[in-house]
Amino acid sequence: MVNIIWALMAGIGIIYAMFNGTMDKVNEALFESAEEAVTLSIGLISILVFWLGIMKIAEEAGILEFLAKVFRPIIVKIFPDIPKDHPAIGYILSNVTANLFGLGNAATPMGIKAMEQMKELSGSDTASRSMITFLAINTSSLTIIPTTVISIRMQYDSVSPTEIVGTTIIATLISTISALIIDRIFYYRSLRRKGI
Amino acid sequence: MSVITTISTWLIPCFILIVLFVATWRRVPTYEKFVEGGKEGVKMAFSLLPFLVGMIVAISILRSSGALDAFIQFISPFLIFIGVPPEIIPLAMVRPISGTAALGMTTELIGNHDPDSFIGRLASTMQGSTDTTLYILTIYFGAVGIRKMGYALKVGLLADLVGIIASIIVVTLIFG
Repeated sequence: MVNIIWALMAGIGIIYAMFNGTMDKVNEALFESAEEAVTLSIGLISILVFWLGIMKIAEEAGILEFLAKVFRPIIVKIFPDIPKDHPAIGYILSNVTANLFGLGNAATPMGIKAMEQMKELSGSDTASRSMITFLAINTSSLTIIPTTVISIRMQYDSVSPTEIVGTTIIATLISTISALIIDRIFYYRSLRRKGI
Repeated sequence: MSVITTISTWLIPCFILIVLFVATWRRVPTYEKFVEGGKEGVKMAFSLLPFLVGMIVAISILRSSGALDAFIQFISPFLIFIGVPPEIIPLAMVRPISGTAALGMTTELIGNHDPDSFIGRLASTMQGSTDTTLYILTIYFGAVGIRKMGYALKVGLLADLVGIIASIIVVTLIFG
C-alpha cells in the first residue's frame, strides 16, 4: 500500500503542476527537500548513537527486564502478542515514558528498538499486530507537556503560554484511547477476513 | 506546571545516572556496551536515510505543486459546514503528513491570530495532541525493514482524525 501512496503523492503533484504552472516550484522543492531529508537523517545520528548506547547498558544491566516486570499487567492487555518479560516491553515502556515527558529525541531510538524486538518475535517483513498497536499509540502522540508549542506561544507574548496544557492532555487522551480502539477493530476485522 | 517542567528536565540525567549506577554495580562493562549500542545507531541512521529522502521529497512535490492546497480548498466547504473553523483546516490536513509544515502553520496561526485567541489555542492544542503519522510510519517501519504495513496507515490516519476532532471539541468546550 505504501508503494501506491508514495507514487500517488509524487505523481499527482507533478501532473497538477503541469496544469497549474508550478513546475519551477516543484523542481526547486525536489532538490531542497532531498537535502532537508539528508540533514534530518544526519541530525538523527547523534540522538540514535547516544540513546542506543545508553539503552544497551540498561538492557545489559537488567533494567529493561525490571521495567517489563513491573508494568506487565498493563502491557499484556495492550500487547497480548508479546511474551511476558520480553525485552520489547522494556523498550515500549521507555518509548512511552519519553513521549509523555515531551522528549521526542529520546523516544524515537527507543521506539525503533521496540520495533526491532517485535520484528524478531514475528520474524517476517509484514507488520505484526503488536507493531501496529505500538504505531497507533505513537501516532496519536502522548505528550503531557507540549514544549515546542509552549515556546512558540511565549515567543508571541501569550498571557498564559501554558494554558493549553490541559486541553492538549485531554485531546491526547481521547485520541490515544481511540487509536487503541480503532486498532482493535481493524485487527478483528483482518482476522475475520482471513476466516479465522 | 513548573513541577512537570522540572520533572522533564531532571528525567533524562537521572535516568542515565540510575542506568550507570545499576550497571556498574552489576559489573556490566558500561563504556564498552555504550559503544556497542552506539554503533547500531550509526547503522540505523544511515539505513533510514533513503526512506526519509523518498517520503519527504514526495510530500514536498505534492505541496509545492499546489495540489495539496487545491485539495484543502476543495473539501473546505464541507468541513466549514460541520463546524470546523476555516483558518484551522490547512493545519488539520497537513498535521499527519508533514511535521515541519505543520509546525510552520501552527507558528503562523499563533502569530497572526493572538496566541490567546480561539484559533491560537486550537492550533496549539492540535499541534500538541497529534503526531506526524507518516513520519513515524516511515522511521519505525523503515528502520526495521517492514515492507507490508497491513492496516497500520489506516489506523494511524483515523486516530489523527479523532485527535483533530477531539481538539476542536475540547477547546470549544473549555475556552469557547
